[in-house]
Amino acid sequence: MKRKFTRREFLKVSAQGAAAAGLASLLDGFGLPSTRSAEASPAVQPFTFAYISDAHLYEEKLNKRFVRSIEKAVADVNALNPQPDFVLFGGDLAQLGQKGELDLGKKILEGVRAKRYMMVGEHDWYLDMGEHWRELFGPDTYSFDHKGVHCVVLNSVIVEDYWTAPKLTPMERMKAMAQLDNPNGRPFTVGEAQRDWLKKDLSKVPLDTPLIVFSHSPLYKYYKNWNFWTDDAEQFQAILARFPRVSVIHAHTHQLLTNRIGNIEFHGVLSTAWPWPYGPKGLPRFTKQQDRADPFDQFDGCGWGTVEVLANGGVNKNYNLWGRKPMKVTDEWLSTVNEASLPDPYEVGPHY
Amino acid sequence: MKIRYASVLLLILVAVGLVAFSLAAFGSPSGNVKSLGLIPCTEDVSSLAPGGRVFKVCDGETKVVIQVPDSENTGRMSKETAQEVADLLMQEWTKMKQMKAQDAPMVLAHKGEPHARRETRTWDMELDNAVKEGYRAFHDSSLGTNGISCDMCHPDAMDNHPQTYPKFQTQLKKVALLRDMINWCIENPLEGKKLADDDPKMKALETYILWANKGEALLPGKH
Repeated sequence: MKRKFTRREFLKVSAQGAAAAGLASLLDGFGLPSTRSAEASPAVQPFTFAYISDAHLYEEKLNKRFVRSIEKAVADVNALNPQPDFVLFGGDLAQLGQKGELDLGKKILEGVRAKRYMMVGEHDWYLDMGEHWRELFGPDTYSFDHKGVHCVVLNSVIVEDYWTAPKLTPMERMKAMAQLDNPNGRPFTVGEAQRDWLKKDLSKVPLDTPLIVFSHSPLYKYYKNWNFWTDDAEQFQAILARFPRVSVIHAHTHQLLTNRIGNIEFHGVLSTAWPWPYGPKGLPRFTKQQDRADPFDQFDGCGWGTVEVLANGGVNKNYNLWGRKPMKVTDEWLSTVNEASLPDPYEVGPHY
Repeated sequence: MKIRYASVLLLILVAVGLVAFSLAAFGSPSGNVKSLGLIPCTEDVSSLAPGGRVFKVCDGETKVVIQVPDSENTGRMSKETAQEVADLLMQEWTKMKQMKAQDAPMVLAHKGEPHARRETRTWDMELDNAVKEGYRAFHDSSLGTNGISCDMCHPDAMDNHPQTYPKFQTQLKKVALLRDMINWCIENPLEGKKLADDDPKMKALETYILWANKGEALLPGKH
């Protein structure tokens, strides 16, 4: 016969729990790195989701090239069997934030069979500061839970206002934000308001819950000149430091990209529209670089992909590059590899 | 005995040293051939040293005025005098090289004159304007017809690798120059009309792309 849980034991366990919760709230926002548990978090049921990202659509009458690409991705995702639990759109649906571009993107994505979650990029936002985006897709910042994982979607392309003083028109502002190598640009941030929202949102989440953060900008610092960068990355990372399993899935960089900082693993997603070269500095050592794109093949270097969420709350990241063998980054490798043993990516990588 | 040999040896060395020193300072062993000075080729020698015979040093820029015996001031010199003159020229040329090495920062071009500041300023300004022109064209979607501009795939002219041209490009069925690839991109991803090879816009684009890739080693044929 099982011994009953005595009152004394109950009180002891409660006190420990309360102390832990108290300590956690005291550390809220400051964050100490915690050891990652290799054991399965009992609440996680493994699942797969897909992503389509960085479509950069112009209206069809101007440009069909990018339309063909996003339609190809939608067809590929729809052909998956079994279907993913949901499809995440990673941002930059439009190229210049215009109503016609966003409407076209919405129409094409409505062809996706699975449930869709939308995330915003700077190309969607800076013509009208997100007005039409919110009309079409709802709030740009939100969270949801899925099979034991807490998912957060951020608008991480907030930049300091540099258009009001020189009286830029909305399209001038949009074009300035659209130019990746703009020497007068400002860095992306999550921003204080969203960091506060995030702290509040996470305060209700038990510590052992795996987190997935969806973001357009990478949430770390890679190459500032191209805004492959989030300026308040350290503050964002500190908020998440107390959670043992955090995966960031980000867009914007149009390339296979992998990083690990403390308890957080970062995975970039592919663009359907065009690939970018790796930045001349700052590329994380964890990145297994994709080969240079063939300019004579309009789909090369582009694609879509899937993310397998594992029982332990980690993720395997799949890159489905069109016309190439798929590439994969596993949680087993990324969570255990010794960074110092990895070569300098600028010594081994494709030279751009 | 040993000490005596050592001191004799020392005396001989000193003597040789003195002779060498006087040769360097004053001229030839016979005392008949002597350097009177160095002067750039562009300058008039006559006022410098009367009675000297003028020779050109191997750098083609410098004249050496050498005093020789009066009887040998014109025409063919005796073998002995000629050898002494040759030795002296070699000495002067070695000295010249050392002097030039010390003065290295000055760029000598065009007849021994350094570049004027007006000249270097003009070069910088004109190139700067051409690079800016190229930057504008590189970021201008009106090169094509579908909204795409070069910088969208090639931020800061990355992944252009101009240093690898000329190279055989299978898809173009020829050995391509940078401008051929630029035109391919204008016609295909940008869906525009290709530029003539000597179109100012093409020259501007090449200028910007080359400038942005400054420092890359030339590797024609590399894929």
